[in-house]
Parts: sequence; C-alpha cells; structure tokens
Amino acid sequence: MSDDTRLFLGLASVLVIASLVAGVLSWRSEKPLPATLENLNARIKAWWIMVAGISLAFLFGTGGVILLFAFVSFAALREYVTLTNTRHADRWTLLGMFLIIVPAQYYLIWIDWYGLYSIFIPVYCFLAMPALTAMRGDTSRFLERVSEQQWGIMLSVYCISHVPALVTLPIPGNEGRGLLLIAFLIATVQGSDVLQYIFGKLFGRHKVAPSISPSKTWEGLIGGIASASLLGAGLYWLTPFSPLEAGALAALACIMGFFGGLVASAIKRDRGVKDWGHMIEGHGGMLDRADSLVFAAPVFFHIVRYAWT
Amino acid sequence: MSANDASLLQTVSGAMLAGLSRAVTGVRPIWAGSAPYGRQRIYFANHASHGDFILVSTCLPFAERRRTAAVAGADYWNAGPIRRFISGRMLRTVLVERNWVERTADPMQVMLAALDAGQSLIFFPEGTRNMTEEPLLRFRSGLYNLAALRPDVELVPCWIENMSRVLPKGALLPVPLLCRVVFGAPLVLEEGEERKAFLERARAALLALAPRKDGTR
Repeated sequence: MSDDTRLFLGLASVLVIASLVAGVLSWRSEKPLPATLENLNARIKAWWIMVAGISLAFLFGTGGVILLFAFVSFAALREYVTLTNTRHADRWTLLGMFLIIVPAQYYLIWIDWYGLYSIFIPVYCFLAMPALTAMRGDTSRFLERVSEQQWGIMLSVYCISHVPALVTLPIPGNEGRGLLLIAFLIATVQGSDVLQYIFGKLFGRHKVAPSISPSKTWEGLIGGIASASLLGAGLYWLTPFSPLEAGALAALACIMGFFGGLVASAIKRDRGVKDWGHMIEGHGGMLDRADSLVFAAPVFFHIVRYAWT
Repeated sequence: MSANDASLLQTVSGAMLAGLSRAVTGVRPIWAGSAPYGRQRIYFANHASHGDFILVSTCLPFAERRRTAAVAGADYWNAGPIRRFISGRMLRTVLVERNWVERTADPMQVMLAALDAGQSLIFFPEGTRNMTEEPLLRFRSGLYNLAALRPDVELVPCWIENMSRVLPKGALLPVPLLCRVVFGAPLVLEEGEERKAFLERARAALLALAPRKDGTR
C-alpha cells in the first residue's frame, strides 16, 4: 500500500470513529440535543467535507494544492477585510490585494521562484500598498488603515502560502514526496486543534488568557500539544524526518498554531465578533479553521528549509 | 409557466448573478422573524448600492426569486440601450418614474399592476440610494400607499449589510467582502394607522435589524 493510500485510509477511519462516537452520544443524550453536541456533530460533518476537499486537491497534485490554498487565502482575506475600517480611498488597494497579490503570490510558488515569493509581499507589496493609498489623498486614520491592510495580507496570503510552498523544498531523498510533507503539517496542526478542544472539554480548569478566550485552558493546551506531538512522531513515515525529529517539529508547529489561534481570538475580541465568518458549519469562517496553520506554516517551512536542504 | 414568472433569459441571468454575488460576498440570509416561503411579499430594504436587489434576490429560494421583481427608477434604467437591456430583458424589474413633472405613468399604478399579477416586489422605501452617513433616510410614502391598497401582501423588512462597501456608487468592480441580509418579521398596517406613524414604525422595524456597533444584534 502506498503512503498516500495509508494516509487517507487513516484519516477516513478517524472520521468514521468520530462520527460513530458522536452518533452514540447523540442517540443516548436527551432531546433536543445540548448545544455542545449539536456543535460537535456540525464540526464532524464539516470535517468530512474538508477532508474530501483536501483529498480532491491532492489528487490533482501540486497544482490542485496551490489552487486550494489560493482559495483559502481569498476566503480568509475576505473575512479579514470585512472586519477592518475601509474608506472609499482604499478601493484600489483592496482590489489589488484580491485581484493581483493573491494570484501573483501563488503563481510565484507554482513556478518555484523562492527568491521572489519570499519577499514579494513583505518588500514590494508592503511598500506599494501605502503608496497607492496615499496617492488617493485621504489621510483620515491613514496609519490604521495601512497597518490593517498589511497585517491582513501577511496573515491571509503570505503566511498561508507557505503551506503549498513546502512542496517546492528540494529535500534530498524526498523527491516527489512534497505533498506528503504538506499532509504532515496539516494533520498535526489541525489534529492539535481537535486534541486541544477534547482535552480542554474533558480536563480544562485553568484558563490561559481569560480576557481573550474562555475556551483555551492550560490542560487543553498541554494535553493537546503533547498528544499532537506524539501523533506527529507516529506520522514520521510521511516525512524525511526520524520519529524524534518529526515529533519535535510537530510540537513546534502546534505551539505556533496555538499562538495563531490566540492572536486570531484577540482580533475577533477587539472587533466584537465571535467568529470570522460563516463559511464552515460548526466552525465559523475560514480563518477560524486556518488560524493555527497561519502561524505554523512559515516557521515550519523555514526550519525545514534551513536544516534539511 | 405563467406569464408572471421570469423569462428563460431572466432565470439564467438571475442564477448567474446569484452565483456571482455568492462568490464575491458569500452572502447568507438570516431569517429572523419570517420564513423563506410565504405569501406574496414586498421586501423593503435599505439602499446604498446597485448590488442591493441582486443580493436580496440571491437570498430568496428559487421559486420565490422567479416571481420577485425589483422596483427601480425608470429615469436611470431607461437611459441608454445597455441599461434598458439589463433592466428590461436580463433582470426582473418594475420601472417607476420618479420625476413628478415629466412622468407619463403613475408609479403606484405600475407597482399595483405588478402586485395584482402575482409578483413579489423588492422595494427601497428611501426612494434613492443613501449616500449619507445616516444608516437610513426618511421613508417616502410609497410603502404606506402599497400597504393600504393591498393589505394581503406581506411587508418584510430586510437589512442589507456591507453591500455599500462592496459596490459603492460609481464603482465598477466589487471588492469581495462578506455580506448578510437579515429578514425580519412581516409588518401589518394597523386599522386606521396614520401614514406618518406607519412609515416611522416601518423604518424602526428595518433599523432594528441592523447590527449594533459592537457586532451583536
């Protein structure tokens, strides 16, 4: 059996088990179902759809995965910009963000031009965007508007684009297995989210940052990251790493992922919303699901690039 | 297919516009007080963008969308062959003349004829696009007159969120932002209710659907 098949059979069996457990819980619970259980069912259903979507993209190879994440960036950026202060003078900058920066960044990854895709946004776009906004002449809350635009491009496009960029890393002995490295990162980081949720629900007592998120607890954090690191070590066969290295990299990605979720929660709290959007039933918006990947991807990418190529 | 349902071109272009507006705005209806299906209706909404009636009709179920037309200004939509083609052939519109001096057909008669033919209407009681900082302008009398003359038609308030940021006046390309349309509970004209009191109540009912500054409803 090839590694791809093993991976997707494994994922499918995890989802089958989750669906069975949730089904039994729902069957035995009093009716109507409590909100937690309703949400759990919606989340599992959405996971089926997300896993199906990701699998489909993987079937189309590198191009499919790049397109998938270009779409993730588009959806995330749309959710982000909706929550920012935009003025009429920002229209051209905003249109440029959606119509030029998103396609250009992913095209540069497609043609594997590392020298440009790693600086295209932080150098050229970060200078061009405020210049364009300034040319329109409206200085009201200028610094605030420019900062919000840049941080949005950073989170939604630059950081997320490092997930498909993993496929371009020339790791000796890993030729043709770049997609599996992406699968490793997604599985451990998203697995860590799920495990933190489960550990938090079961054992959560002490809140990490009560003013930002009531659902993040030390018990959930430690239990989730420890178990996700074990999961990463167990998935070492997807990667060019040894089990120990895979576990350490998974731990690092999950800790970054936790910070990503924390920052996203702080932004949401600042703007007075509970979720980024309503795209994924039970989860909220695209950024609610991708916030941990946003922080994990570029750090994971650069450490692997530094140490393995 | 009855004469009141949309033509094939209108059905196809309506479906395409609905797909496009979903792709750009991810629009989602929130049914807060009325069901997606019901009696013949007048959907009355806040108005700040040409995209407004596309957004409302995108949120409607297919069968309801087919019998729903938007009330729009004839002076704007009859100016030039392209606008005339869009409003007359591609979209479902009921065009009314807003200019009191030069008009040839009474707007009330045009709208009543559409209602009597079984159509639901999307109606902007402010009469024009709101370009001010105010969330909602004063309502013109049209809504009251329609309610008084056709009491069986449900008046459903719909609050359109964010569309004015997606496609403001004079803009050609839409900026992708999330939009929502909140459909409130239907309004009924009370026995003997004064025009002014009713319009004020309708305006308050629509404003009540707008999200508060802190994002809660």
